[in-house]
Amino acid sequence: MNQRPKLPGWPKLSDWNVLGLLPAHLIMLMTLIIPVGIIALVSFSTRGPYGGFDYVFTTAPYKQILFNEGWSGELEFNPQYLIVVARTVILSLATTIICLALSFPVAYFISLQKTSAKMLLIYLVTLPFWVSMIVRVYSWIIILGNDGVIAKALRALGINENMGSLLFTDTAMLIGLVYSYIPLMILPVFASIEKLDPALVEASHDLYGSRLTTLRRVILPLCRPGMAAGAILVFVPCLGAVLEPVLLGGGKTMMMGNLIQLQFGAARNWPLGAAISIVLMCAVMVFLLWRGVQAMRKEGREASA
Amino acid sequence: MDMSRPAQHKKAVEIKDVSKAFGNFQALKPVSFDIYENEFFTLLGPSGCGKTTLLRMIAGFEQPSTGEIALRGTNIQALPPHKRRVNTVFQSYALFPHMTLEQNIAFGLENLGWPKERRMARVADMLRLVHMEKFATRKPQQLSGGQRQRIALARALAPEPEVLLLDEPLSALDLKLRQAMRDELRTLQRQTGITFVFVTHDQEEALDMSDRICVLGDGEIQQLGTPADIYEEPSNRFVADFIGETNFLDAEVISLDGDRATVSIPLGVTLNAPQKQAAVGDRAVMSIRPEKISLPSQDGQIATEGTIIGANYLGGYTHYVVDANGTLLRVSKRNSQSRDRTLEVGQSVKLSFAAESARILGA
Repeated sequence: MNQRPKLPGWPKLSDWNVLGLLPAHLIMLMTLIIPVGIIALVSFSTRGPYGGFDYVFTTAPYKQILFNEGWSGELEFNPQYLIVVARTVILSLATTIICLALSFPVAYFISLQKTSAKMLLIYLVTLPFWVSMIVRVYSWIIILGNDGVIAKALRALGINENMGSLLFTDTAMLIGLVYSYIPLMILPVFASIEKLDPALVEASHDLYGSRLTTLRRVILPLCRPGMAAGAILVFVPCLGAVLEPVLLGGGKTMMMGNLIQLQFGAARNWPLGAAISIVLMCAVMVFLLWRGVQAMRKEGREASA
Repeated sequence: MDMSRPAQHKKAVEIKDVSKAFGNFQALKPVSFDIYENEFFTLLGPSGCGKTTLLRMIAGFEQPSTGEIALRGTNIQALPPHKRRVNTVFQSYALFPHMTLEQNIAFGLENLGWPKERRMARVADMLRLVHMEKFATRKPQQLSGGQRQRIALARALAPEPEVLLLDEPLSALDLKLRQAMRDELRTLQRQTGITFVFVTHDQEEALDMSDRICVLGDGEIQQLGTPADIYEEPSNRFVADFIGETNFLDAEVISLDGDRATVSIPLGVTLNAPQKQAAVGDRAVMSIRPEKISLPSQDGQIATEGTIIGANYLGGYTHYVVDANGTLLRVSKRNSQSRDRTLEVGQSVKLSFAAESARILGA
């Protein structure tokens, strides 16, 4: 109909879209796809005689996760790595639950402060991020160690004189994990409490809801999105934690993070390390996808209700 | 001032010397009044007059700085909000977004420990009362403003409160819906027989719905009375100004005779009219409502001449501004005959008012 003649000159914006997004695509390719591709490649390679790996296809590293290979090639079930996986999942779950329980009151307290105090407290919560993770986890060695603050204090009080060191135990790792990741829980929980309309809390009290009822039936359900986000932010990095098991577990009790590190380091079994990494990554992806699908279904239900 | 009371004289709420200060800011100076059973009582005032603070103190969300509040004769000072038999309709409605409408309405009943069957029956009754029975399983987000308003009412009425508090519940609705909800609220109050305490800054709303109105301004009670009392017999300049439209003319008080005063006004006349709080020699104002001025003038009234400088035709009424020798008067004239035509701007007119319609108020 009324078509305008095309003017020569600048290309249309849409022609530039692909080019414009190129930096983003490049970064994704360089930092995500290629490294993961390399790890996947290594996981299907053969272990080199002096460490490293040779490009000879094999599924042996994956078999190794569950089985020992005898001299004659027969497979023997070996739960050693599964125990590490189980410990990792249990410790990560425990960390997530403890973080949730501790974060909620902290976040609620912060949200009740005046704006200036709120900013200060949130700043303080994020402050540890500015200090090297190694230093922070190391400091727990000083606190939990044989000559540490806790042991000395207990000895001085005459309690539990022959208590073994707290250090190099699952408890020590748990303490370290909770300490390291709790800010990642506090922040999203705080955000969801901030969004809560105070009138809803008043409405609950107005309708004869005690403090406990109000917490249980109004505040907690409405903060669930923040708590779910925090749980993922804590649980997922816990699965891959390295420093806490190395420094506080002392290599005595392993988690998947330092198991992988060990394979690339002292054990010189890169393919096995890569295979464990891929399994861990796939497990996390499946877990997150499952959660995402659940959330979408819930939304769908609510929209169609 | 004679406060005409509803037939029933039982007190639902007693406010005794209640005041509220936030830090150095005195939100409410000590006030005392009673609200009677089965009454539609309105707290009316401009924003910041302390009306919402007063409501929140009855609900228990704020503690009075001084004074006492009693509910059906029992001092409720020490009770937290969840132990007071009052319910609130919040300005934002504050419906629980994660609960269905049924669950919202049942919330208060569950907390009171009503058994399930009684609870469900009450929820159904309430939904019927507000004409929302088809929406029981919806969530609040799926409702329009007017529907949320109804559910907020149903939720607050369900536990059979001794007093229902309403915090500007109509302010978030559009004009047409607001009109309809006024009638519905009034009907609901009559049907349920529950005492309503209604907070608003809209004087028209207050006049329309209330049995009695308490006009608050600058943190104190300016006047308490029936809508007609407050409109026709304002106790001071603030009330005359805040409720409806009026003309204020400077008045010089020549003599006082009880509740009447003789004053001279800038129109060059001296008249004798009902007065409140005026004193000889003090500055005072004469208030005359626009609809009480006759145009053209009538015999036997105080008359003056002027020029029309503004005319707004509003269908049923026309609002004029008349310049009477430098004094501007607003006049509201009813178009009672279809042949009534708007007077032209610039036209010279005669107008008049009865001295009995004017009020002399201490300024």
